[in-house]
Amino acid sequence: MVQIKRIQEEGADIIVPIGEIDASSSIELDLTIAKSVGEGFTKILIDCSALEYISSAGLGVFMSYIEEFSDKGIQMVLFAMNDKVLNTFEILGLSELLTIVQTKDEAKRKVS
Amino acid sequence: MKYKYKVGCSIENLKGVRDFVRVSLQKHGVSDLDISEVVLAIDEMCSNLMIHAHHCNPEELFELHVIADKGEPLVFEIIDDGSVFDINRFHEPELGNIIHEKRKGGLGIRLVKSIMDRIEYEQSDGKNICRLSKKVQFK
Repeated sequence: MVQIKRIQEEGADIIVPIGEIDASSSIELDLTIAKSVGEGFTKILIDCSALEYISSAGLGVFMSYIEEFSDKGIQMVLFAMNDKVLNTFEILGLSELLTIVQTKDEAKRKVS
Repeated sequence: MKYKYKVGCSIENLKGVRDFVRVSLQKHGVSDLDISEVVLAIDEMCSNLMIHAHHCNPEELFELHVIADKGEPLVFEIIDDGSVFDINRFHEPELGNIIHEKRKGGLGIRLVKSIMDRIEYEQSDGKNICRLSKKVQFK
């Protein structure tokens, strides 16, 4: 089960998934990111501080936007992941393909 | 010690699968990082089975066994009577291709193969048994 909040700060859309993203809930993440893009945001920050778990279904959502974002000049930065969630990204080498930082301030600096 | 769990093939049940594996292994003092990795691998195996072999039909059941003994590799058995999908024979796409073709499959299998030491398939009494094992740290 995941609950997803959105907060807008300084022109960036901050997406906050709360709980666990697996095969049954990854669609929520996908819809939220699509909505943000649809509303014209070009700075999308993913606040992972309340993300307790992610499986490949959720990783696949982030992967599926990489090319579109690079074509459209949209920046996406993930931040504040706990160690276990970060480990999941690292097992697949996704930490090389996505921008992952520790704090919200760093994330904001990346897109400014 | 062997723990058994029967699951219907609805992806809503994945949380129950994860909790079952986590709680079973916590009783044996398996390290937190190892628990989080094997929980992920079993989630990936079960979601594949539910979606691809059973089309998410909650009436169709399979059984999950967790075998944990201190000092021994952990063993997980997934026992069902659907079609077999041997992930050892699956060549997962390159990450670059996954990005380009927006394929969302293949990542889970890559995770399972990275996490587990061995993945074997066996058939007995008309059932398919997928056995996964991993050497872990005990506290």
